[in-house]
Amino acid sequence: MSFSFQLAHALPEAILAIGALALVLVGALGGQKKSWIVAELSMALLGAALLACLFQPKASTILFHGLFIDDAFARFMKVLALTGSLVSLLFSLEFLRVNKMDTFEFPVLILLSSLGMMMLISSNGLMSLYLGLELMSLALYVLAAFQRDNSKASEAGLKYFVLGALSSGMLLYGASLIYGFAGTVTYTGIAAAIHGTASIGIIFGLVFLMTGLAFKMSIVPFHMWTPDVYEGAPTPITAFFASAPKIAAVAVTLRVVSIAFPGIVPQWQQIVVFMSVASMALGAFAAIGQTNIKRLMAYSSIGHMGFALVGLSAGTQQGVEGVMIYMSIYLVMTLGTFAAILSMRANGQPVENISDLAGLGKANKPMAFFLAMMMLSLAGIPPLAGFFAKWYVFVAAVHAKLYLMAVLGVLASAVAAFYYLRIVKIIYFDEGGPAFDPASRTLRTVLAVAGVFVLAFWFYPAPVVQAASLAAKSLF
Amino acid sequence: MFGFGILTGLIFLPLVGGAFILTQDGNSQSGAGNIRWAALLTTLFTFVLSLVAWSRFDPTTAAFQMTESRSWFGEGLGYRLGVDGISMPFVLLTTFLMPFCILASWETITVRIKEYMIAFLVLEALMIGVFCALDLVLFYLFFEGGLIPMFLIIGIWGGKRRIYASFKFFLYTLAGSLLMLIAIMAMYAQTNTTDITVLLHTHFAASMQTWLWLGFFASFAVKMPMWPVHTWLPDAHVEAPTAGSVILAGILLKMGGYGFIRFSLPMFPQASEYFAPMVFALSIIAIIYTSLVALVQEDMKKLIAYSSVAHMGFVTMGLFAMNQQGVQGAVFQMVSHGLVSGALFLCVGVVYDRMHTRDIAAYGGLVKRMPLYAVALMVFTMANVGLPGTSGFVGEFLTLIGAFSANSWVALFATSGVILSAAYALYLYRRVIFGVLDKPSLAGIADLSVREIVLLVPLIALTIYYGVHPGPVLDASAVSVAELVKSYHAALDLTKTALLLPGH
Repeated sequence: MSFSFQLAHALPEAILAIGALALVLVGALGGQKKSWIVAELSMALLGAALLACLFQPKASTILFHGLFIDDAFARFMKVLALTGSLVSLLFSLEFLRVNKMDTFEFPVLILLSSLGMMMLISSNGLMSLYLGLELMSLALYVLAAFQRDNSKASEAGLKYFVLGALSSGMLLYGASLIYGFAGTVTYTGIAAAIHGTASIGIIFGLVFLMTGLAFKMSIVPFHMWTPDVYEGAPTPITAFFASAPKIAAVAVTLRVVSIAFPGIVPQWQQIVVFMSVASMALGAFAAIGQTNIKRLMAYSSIGHMGFALVGLSAGTQQGVEGVMIYMSIYLVMTLGTFAAILSMRANGQPVENISDLAGLGKANKPMAFFLAMMMLSLAGIPPLAGFFAKWYVFVAAVHAKLYLMAVLGVLASAVAAFYYLRIVKIIYFDEGGPAFDPASRTLRTVLAVAGVFVLAFWFYPAPVVQAASLAAKSLF
Repeated sequence: MFGFGILTGLIFLPLVGGAFILTQDGNSQSGAGNIRWAALLTTLFTFVLSLVAWSRFDPTTAAFQMTESRSWFGEGLGYRLGVDGISMPFVLLTTFLMPFCILASWETITVRIKEYMIAFLVLEALMIGVFCALDLVLFYLFFEGGLIPMFLIIGIWGGKRRIYASFKFFLYTLAGSLLMLIAIMAMYAQTNTTDITVLLHTHFAASMQTWLWLGFFASFAVKMPMWPVHTWLPDAHVEAPTAGSVILAGILLKMGGYGFIRFSLPMFPQASEYFAPMVFALSIIAIIYTSLVALVQEDMKKLIAYSSVAHMGFVTMGLFAMNQQGVQGAVFQMVSHGLVSGALFLCVGVVYDRMHTRDIAAYGGLVKRMPLYAVALMVFTMANVGLPGTSGFVGEFLTLIGAFSANSWVALFATSGVILSAAYALYLYRRVIFGVLDKPSLAGIADLSVREIVLLVPLIALTIYYGVHPGPVLDASAVSVAELVKSYHAALDLTKTALLLPGH
């Protein structure tokens, strides 16, 4: 296989890697005055990588000595992750300009983090998994603390870093155990080494590996960092945290358990079932008392990751397909909601209390309507898109006869509906405080597009559903 | 049009009206007028269109008619619509009641009129969808989707405790429906389709039927509402604006009964038979207990709300009697209750608009100032009691006959409920209409306006017409119900013979 052919399959990664390095140079030579050029070019690079993903050769190929795989699943998840990155960067540019934080490092960090995600999504072995994960995380640690004169942001960054390092260590420990007992780092090799029964060493390794991945997905019991980081980080970065890295982490989890450990489904299934139910429950109950909308979204995202794992715990192709549809819809809902949160500015200052939304239903009707629809969609009320996300993962669980989990899951979603409804209530039923400053066109557009998506998804769901179905096939 | 049938037209016509209203300015005087007229015309057009559908409807067959089928989500989920003799009356009831809701809100709703009318039109589309859907997921979509506009209607335009009531309404119904969703998923997992016409002829294993039945029951019992999960209803009714109460009592409650007929009985006959005694018991408790509770109510709307729970008890009793009279009676009772309770809420709205209180004690002697109102309320009170000659009688009578042939004790207890309903209804009427008009606030109260007469006369006419000539509704449903009863007993016989055969 020629090198150029290999590169064609890794084109999006190549674009981001070379582009990010070049932009560091541009930034370093041009100084901070030229940071806007770096930002614009970063957008263009992310866009180019997105296009490259969409128009890549359709065949499934393994490259770079078996450590990198390009298949329909990877392309699907990369499109999602890159969309998340692109929209978050779009959010950030404006935010940074207003807050006088527009340095050239920022977009470059987002690029590097996205590159890490792509490596993670395409990893075909434990080595590339770890490399991708670290590249993604290191950039994220810096981004969390980017507002360095803000004590909350520094705290968020530090907390994220310390806990993240711990989880990386666990993951590495698990990976080395698996390597030690299986004798290989590629997923297919591990699967071949297992032969239906796994030694205790492999299972230990699997548990540690899942721990590390659960941390990145912010799954209970490894979720503690989430509310603090969400609250402390600048809001566009929170939007980034909530979207792209989650998708990458879910993608790699799907791939690892489906490719490397299909022979020991019962072993990992019980872990996933527990984590899923615990996340759904915690996400539902802990969010009730929140007053800060970013913290609320943190708990909401914990809950949603729990719902996504419902599909994974089925351990079937249908389940993987469900998770992919779930993540697509979750991405849109998250970005839409954060567009609305970023629009919450009064007198030039961002406001983050849920009660500040009071009276929005009169003051700004389109924003109120779309935000309310986002909330109801997050709650999973039909006919909005969020319902179908839940439908697909729960159908997979019921198909796999995980009835108890399905019942607990829907009950958790009924509890969760309460706090989403509370936001709708504040928007429409409560009498208002001061109106928000007019939102920028970018934010309004993102919110409107996301709103139309969740409202009209039922009308024409075929593209997402078919793409997910096709992509899920490549894992089985 | 565009390859879609008349049912799609019925579902989407209100949405078109809603889209038009969206372009109007709700704050200006003329804009608000446009909005009102647009909403009224939309609902009238929808009603006319449903009459067209009615004229094309063939009551001599039990098959689904005017069916439409399109691929939707692939893999079994489809956009499938169709009506039979059981759903057609409900579609008509929905389209018929909607113009009244719009008219009832004509003057009373002054704030956010635009959002109000849109919410009602969206709600209408979803309700029609519930009765037309021939796909389980599509049904669920419409069934649950209706929560959103109703939540907003109660929460924004409701009374003092509107927030509590709207949350209670939403979460109660949602929790029940989510369990139904699990049951739907389990059915889908087994059959790989959510096509109702296929599922009607699918036999589920007896042990599975039990669980599926319970899942559906959780949803429909809350929606009905059956005792003891009825407590959301009085709150929702009391706080909702008049038109919201009309819709709630007139149509939303019927979705539970419709669900029992459409899903629980034909799809899970063994489980239905197994649980029938429980349903009978709950129905009797609902009939007697809520009637007693209604007797002591101080609030007019609450009284009618409790009486609704009691009347729905007759419906569930008739349904689970599972014979021709019982099921047809239940269908008729639902249609009749839709008209009568809707009208009663309108009547409460009439005096509420004048006095801004629903306390029964604040009224008395209204007949002296409001003779027309007294007549209207008299007709609906009598229909609520089930006086022969009104539509209320036919439904109660048929369900009681049905229950009597299934279990005479059930009929005995239920009949005592009829007496109680006479007691609370007449007691209410006496306190509001008769007596001395000695309250100074009532001295200047005006009788029905032209708008209110227009509102109430068709309902009076229909209540009496159906009382003396129930044919239209009964004929429409007869064949479908006969088919339902037949296949239900056939399925039961099949399992009984299977048990008797050696080797099983």
